[in-house]
Amino acid sequence: MSESVRAAVAAVRDPELRVLSIEELGILRDVRLGPGGRVVVTITPTYLGCPALDVIRADIAAAAREAGVADVEIVTSLSPPWTTDWLTDTARAKLWAAGIAPPGSSPGSPPGARVLPLLGVPVLGVPVRCPRCGSRDTAEISRAGSTACKALRACHACREPFEHLKDH
Amino acid sequence: MSSSDLYGYVLRLGDDALIAAQRMAEWVTRAPQIEEDAALANIALDLLGQARALLSYAGELEGLGQSEDDLAYLRDEHEFRNVQLVELPNGDFATTIAKMLFFAAYQHLLYTGLSAAGDPTLAGIAAKAAKETAYHVDHAVTWTLRLGDGTAESHRRMQAGVDEVWPFTHELFEPSWFPAGTGDIDPGALRGPWLRLVERVLRDATLRRPEDGWRPAGGRQGIHTEAFGYLVGEMQSLHRAHPGARW
Repeated sequence: MSESVRAAVAAVRDPELRVLSIEELGILRDVRLGPGGRVVVTITPTYLGCPALDVIRADIAAAAREAGVADVEIVTSLSPPWTTDWLTDTARAKLWAAGIAPPGSSPGSPPGARVLPLLGVPVLGVPVRCPRCGSRDTAEISRAGSTACKALRACHACREPFEHLKDH
Repeated sequence: MSSSDLYGYVLRLGDDALIAAQRMAEWVTRAPQIEEDAALANIALDLLGQARALLSYAGELEGLGQSEDDLAYLRDEHEFRNVQLVELPNGDFATTIAKMLFFAAYQHLLYTGLSAAGDPTLAGIAAKAAKETAYHVDHAVTWTLRLGDGTAESHRRMQAGVDEVWPFTHELFEPSWFPAGTGDIDPGALRGPWLRLVERVLRDATLRRPEDGWRPAGGRQGIHTEAFGYLVGEMQSLHRAHPGARW
């Protein structure tokens, strides 16, 4: 398999985070040549119910076809599970530049995370900085944002709402 | 565990998630605030994602070529193995929150345990679902505290919701539906940790923990409440009217 096929598949955009490729998001796990010239692409979902997955599959198949591959198989693997740790540093910078606060400690924030009191599960790096003005004076408006992976926050300094890719 | 035992087990987990998702989705456009509308829709979507993964896997284990859609859309009421708790009508918002608290706490404990299961596919699904359900528990806890320790009216309604659904929580922990000798998760063993979590939330929310008395059950054997027929009828209507329909 040529490097150009791999590159074409890796460059597929995430439909809900258009600034990121599926490789930068960390959901592309493998592209390899299978029997009979078939290309096997392995992806992993961010969330089990992520509705973008069907679009991602279709986009991968289209990208591979455009790169000259006739036979593509797309395999979904759940293990090891995707977490926001799979985001590359480039991805975090791109999210930040696009006005979406990246997960974990955003640039300049101290380490440490809020912990779900009953379950001991870390949920949010605090404080989340506003990607527009950089203020740390922000608050969560809604845990559920426009997609399952994002929360909605507001900045008290510049008065603008912004999205935050949740720690997961 | 034989593959038919595992099939039955995974089918029950999948049916719980599917029916909980369908009920939760009824809140879309009806929630008290737009943020809550998005939150409930997202939680329903998480549950649907769990159902899709589990039912697809159940179909594989059964080995008769049934897809997730076949299992969700082409079975009749008595063939579903979900607990009755998840099929109960939504009631008011407080009742829905009570149901979410009890069910999400159970699911979170179960999935956390199953993420170390001997079966790698089930463990993979459970590991993802455990993280998702942690958010569901957090959401339900937040609302339980706010409503229970809120106004006299919100307290009254939250307590009424807790009282109404409490008897149906017993079925979650029935050991009878679990294949014996598997060494995985015995639901009966989850009730202790579940009670510790739930009782603490109820206490902090100034709510009374109901007495254990009536224990309705039967969902695991295909015996369902009257409301379930309507839910299944609506959920399957499109697929039944247009068999094999695709987007």
